[in-house]
Amino acid sequence: MTIAAPVRGQPSPLRAMIDFYLTMMRTAIQTQFQYRAATYMYLLGMVAEPVIYLVVWTTIARSHGGEVAGITAGGFAAYYIVWTLVRNVNIVFTPYGWEARIREGQLSGQLLRPLHPIHYDIADFAGGKVIWVLFYLPIAVGLTLVFKPTFDLTPLGLVVFFPAIVGAYLIRTMNLWLLGMVTFWTTRGSAIFETYIMAELLLSGRLVPLQLMPAWVQGIANWLPFKWTFFFPIEVLVGHQSATSLLIGLGMQVFWTAVGAGLVWLLWRASVRHYTAVGN
Amino acid sequence: MPRPLAVAWLYVRIGAMNELQYRANFIVALFQALLALAVALVVLSLVYAHTTELNGWTQPQLLCLLGIQILMGGVINAVIQPNMERLMEEIGDGKLDHALTKPEDAQLLVSVRELRIWRTIDLITGAIVIGVGLTQLHRGMAVGDWLAFALLILLGGVMMYCFLLILTTGAFWVVRMGFLPDLFEGVYQTGRWPIGIYPDWLRYSLTFLVPIGFAITVPAEALTSRLQENTVLLATGFAIVLLTVSRWFWRRGLRRYSGASA
Repeated sequence: MTIAAPVRGQPSPLRAMIDFYLTMMRTAIQTQFQYRAATYMYLLGMVAEPVIYLVVWTTIARSHGGEVAGITAGGFAAYYIVWTLVRNVNIVFTPYGWEARIREGQLSGQLLRPLHPIHYDIADFAGGKVIWVLFYLPIAVGLTLVFKPTFDLTPLGLVVFFPAIVGAYLIRTMNLWLLGMVTFWTTRGSAIFETYIMAELLLSGRLVPLQLMPAWVQGIANWLPFKWTFFFPIEVLVGHQSATSLLIGLGMQVFWTAVGAGLVWLLWRASVRHYTAVGN
Repeated sequence: MPRPLAVAWLYVRIGAMNELQYRANFIVALFQALLALAVALVVLSLVYAHTTELNGWTQPQLLCLLGIQILMGGVINAVIQPNMERLMEEIGDGKLDHALTKPEDAQLLVSVRELRIWRTIDLITGAIVIGVGLTQLHRGMAVGDWLAFALLILLGGVMMYCFLLILTTGAFWVVRMGFLPDLFEGVYQTGRWPIGIYPDWLRYSLTFLVPIGFAITVPAEALTSRLQENTVLLATGFAIVLLTVSRWFWRRGLRRYSGASA
């Protein structure tokens, strides 16, 4: 009688990729959990931004018979509470990190790994988000008790919300990777990055729901990627979007992720050739 | 010049000489300041596109407040925060010995060693914004108004310093405090609006816990004829309390410190 040893061949590339992502994410979750106090403080600092916008616009809504541009005080509360959730998810590796990565030569090690470095960033941040979102939930409950949002949840919105925040995350990853790679040519990427953030503030719904913007700004926003990283995923959860507009939104997210990924691919090839290692 | 001032001035000169080597940073800092100002002005115009008054404040009045917030932010980012960050690092690394062994008051030394001279751009942009706001207000400022304003700005700066020193002194007990700058940066943005718009619990926190209300809204009250005598007295009293508490807390922290360097 012979016992055949189980033969383990090479896993399929897709299977290997999924394994890689799961492992990276699990590690990131454990790491992030180690620093829970620091993570919490960081979250609290982040919550200041939406709470300020929220207070300002609720004050205006209250003094104008309850609403501004069709948004009630409760509507603003819902918008900015979901805003914070979306913000948690769409935080990605910033060009500031790139500066360190290139200046200190950390990239050299990353270049030796078998996968494109972008996979490490995507998986690492995605894992950290599990903890961030979990930690945000009690804050969200607190904000809900204080600001009394009015939600108009639909089952469809709830289902679409998940792919929508993943889309927001991917678009922002691509965009900030592109900006980050500028650091291959100049050590001062920060000016370009801050210009990007300014455009994002105004055109994405990060500052105010886009309905409050002048019509021409809303027009411009439709043609740019920013809107799909804040306004769209937020509206999916709080708004009363038709199935068609949900589908168009997801389609736009796929489109902008693809455009970003294509550009990242092109710029990356040029950048790596330009890169000279510093460090040990 | 009194000795503490002379010491501070010496460090200012060293800090300035240090930073003046990196002149390209000036352009970057200027660009950042203008960008931040542009965003702030867009937000203001958005708000006033939908309303004429925000909790009783008109647009020119809020412009004055914004100017003060930028100006105070300049003081914090150029002088207070860099010193506090260095202090926090040195407590962690055990390098604070270098400051403690010098024949000057240690609190004075740790508070004046760093200067980010390019961030003082915010003092200029802030002053310009205040100027524009005042011009739009068409309000004659009497000498008394200016004096009250100057006093309140000074008190506000002192209170922000004490607040940040108390927080940083916490590093004697809790080593991992690296999140503080981010957290403070977030909270400081609340100062861009009159604290009257916030819900009670937040308003009191932003007055007595984090003295942003005293540092920004109160000086703005002096410029927009809202100021009451009681507020000036309260601000003075609170500044004295904070000075005393921060000094006491600093001394207690020092007792916990044991150096690590040779």
